Amino acid sequence: MEILAYLIPASLFLGGVGLAAFFWALKSKQFEDPQGDANRILKTDYDDRPKP
Amino acid sequence: MSLAEPFEGHSPSACPACVAAPSAQRIAALQEEKRGRIMLSLPTAHCAACMSTVENGLQAVPGVHSARVNLTLRRVSVDAEAKVTAESLIPVLAGLGYEAHELDAGLLSATETDKQGRDLLMRLAVAGFAMMNVMLLSVAVWSGATDATRDLFHWISAAIALPTVVFAGQPFFKSAWASLRVGRLGMDVPISLAILLASSISLFETIYSGHHAYFDAAVMLTFFLLAGRYLDHRTRAVARSAAEELAALEVPRALRVEDGVETLVSISALQRGDLVRVRPGGRMPVDGTVVEGTSEVDRSLLTGESLPAFVGPDTSVAAGEVNLTGPLLVRVTAAGRDSSLHRMADLVAVAESAKNRYTSLAERAARAYSPLVHLLSFSAFGFWMWQTGGDLRFAINISAAVLIITCPCALGLAVPAVVTAASGKLFRKGLLIKDGTALERLAEVDTVVFDKTGTLTMGMPAVNDFESLPHAARGVALGLAAASSHPLAQALVKAGTALGVPPANLTDLAEVAGYGITGNWQGQTVRLGRAEWIGAPPLAATATYLAVGEARYALSFTDSLRPGAEAAIAALKAQGLTVHLLSGDHATAVSAIADQLEIPSWQAGVLPAEKAGFVADLQAAGRKVLMVGDGLNDTAALAAAHVSISPASSLDAARTASDIVLLGKDMSPIADALRISRQSTARIRENFGLSAAYNVIAVPLALVGLATPLIAALAMSLSSITVSLNALRIK
Repeated sequence: MEILAYLIPASLFLGGVGLAAFFWALKSKQFEDPQGDANRILKTDYDDRPKP
Repeated sequence: MSLAEPFEGHSPSACPACVAAPSAQRIAALQEEKRGRIMLSLPTAHCAACMSTVENGLQAVPGVHSARVNLTLRRVSVDAEAKVTAESLIPVLAGLGYEAHELDAGLLSATETDKQGRDLLMRLAVAGFAMMNVMLLSVAVWSGATDATRDLFHWISAAIALPTVVFAGQPFFKSAWASLRVGRLGMDVPISLAILLASSISLFETIYSGHHAYFDAAVMLTFFLLAGRYLDHRTRAVARSAAEELAALEVPRALRVEDGVETLVSISALQRGDLVRVRPGGRMPVDGTVVEGTSEVDRSLLTGESLPAFVGPDTSVAAGEVNLTGPLLVRVTAAGRDSSLHRMADLVAVAESAKNRYTSLAERAARAYSPLVHLLSFSAFGFWMWQTGGDLRFAINISAAVLIITCPCALGLAVPAVVTAASGKLFRKGLLIKDGTALERLAEVDTVVFDKTGTLTMGMPAVNDFESLPHAARGVALGLAAASSHPLAQALVKAGTALGVPPANLTDLAEVAGYGITGNWQGQTVRLGRAEWIGAPPLAATATYLAVGEARYALSFTDSLRPGAEAAIAALKAQGLTVHLLSGDHATAVSAIADQLEIPSWQAGVLPAEKAGFVADLQAAGRKVLMVGDGLNDTAALAAAHVSISPASSLDAARTASDIVLLGKDMSPIADALRISRQSTARIRENFGLSAAYNVIAVPLALVGLATPLIAALAMSLSSITVSLNALRIK
């Protein structure tokens, strides 16, 4: 059962990283237009060459 | 001006204080930059292709730096040089096939940073994180961890759950405290009590190495309820921001003339006696008398009349009327609060105070539910205290379990989930729900009252009898009409062009503002305009008159129907609703539209107060009325009705008074709205039933002391998931 001493902190740490990432995304306004972002990947504008 | 070279060349700051100049310049430039940002509302954008078309189309306009569409809010923000105006971009978008309206960027910036929403989302994320981790540990306990391991897991759960509850539960604690302070028992009181009781009981059990800890329940409760709260907030925030957008549609400015100099001022700065210039196509900002110029004004928004009225010196004009042909100089007799626009608002206030406040389904449920839950929990506590002979720990455990299990996870989600799904669906169809209870009220409607001008019709006339003119006269009419921007003349040009009539060759064309157009054709004077000016007997309908030599012709017009109006009326009738048509316009115009749409019950020449009275009488007779209208003359009726809809093109006051706004031109979504509203009310009721059913099963278990944290967790998550899935069934 000693493995718990590693696993529980590890799982908490990883979850915390996810939470921090979410906070960062929220703060950098990535949730302002969810519908638009979902549709933007379907645009054909830069299919042939990368955006200059 | 470039900021990079403030100290050299033509820099104006050749002064001792020039060191301070750059920062001042920079501030000015930053403000300039902000002013260069244009916001447009795009009610019809809906897909990836729309975004590319709009963005690329706008970026091709000279002076535009960048354009970005926000599909969620249906608007585009354009970063452009100061010379680019919203007025110049709207035709570009119209050319691409998108309807667009200007928005006031200053007003919008307030709604853009949705602080409260972000705050809720943050708490939701924390609660979600804690829920997953605590659940992980709880599952280990439920599957058989004992003794030291169980205690360790409980302690770790406590370390995660307690700070989470303190942080994420704040919205509930605050609102519960607020409602307790005014002596009411809202939904948030049992919620807060359950969360706090679950946490403290669990902490106590952990300290004394008990078997059952409800940390997972406390955190899960917070998470699900926050999800409901967030959905609720988002629905309202989208509606509010869009309503503010619409309020920003009318930019309240006027051209004040002082000593021959015209300055653009805000309407609030105008005073009695000021002179105001109103250009053709502009809306009267104030009440006043015409000092100089003749023209025709469109009063349809105020009175519902579709026929333009003549104005000249000493005629009075009212705020809200649209100037059609000639520039007018108007002396202000009443501005702001005293204007007729605001007097109409008083009528609305009276109508609104007469209206009963609607009690939503959620409120009714909460009212029945809160006392019941507290009663159950306390009686369970009392019973077990007596039964066990004063075992406080056991009794509190039971009463906490009762509170946790009955706690309205599903109830908290039941309404917001449905309303979010339904209003999202309606938003995609072009309807904006401004009020949360509007859907429920819409579902009860059995009578629909329509306004005519601007609501069922576009307020854009189409010529009837162009083909009855002799061939030569057609060309003359077309040639004369092409010289004017009057709506009737424009309609003539449209009809003539559609028929392929070549315009006659006219000379000496001149527009006599307020009367018509005159010209010379093959040596004789030809005129197109008002009956009295032409010398023709006036018709009862909207008409213009043509004089060619001695001959006189009359051309009558009917207003073109709003697209989808016929389909909407037919669908409403098919749903078994009674339809009425009330208009301030003349009987001929109203009966034509009523016949076309097959509305048997119509009234013409109705005054604003009579409209409100008609609606109030219907309501008093027990009917639930949906009022659809756009003008100021409808505003009081809109406020008096059970629920009301107004098109986005209507006046500010009408949109404020109505519960739902029709964003696009098409009217057919109204019938869909009624259908969806009935569906969503049915879903809400089903959801209440579902959460009650879970309680019926789980509460007896809790009361007899058989509930374990596992059962609480199962009941909670299953009921929440069921109501969410049920909400998604709205088609």
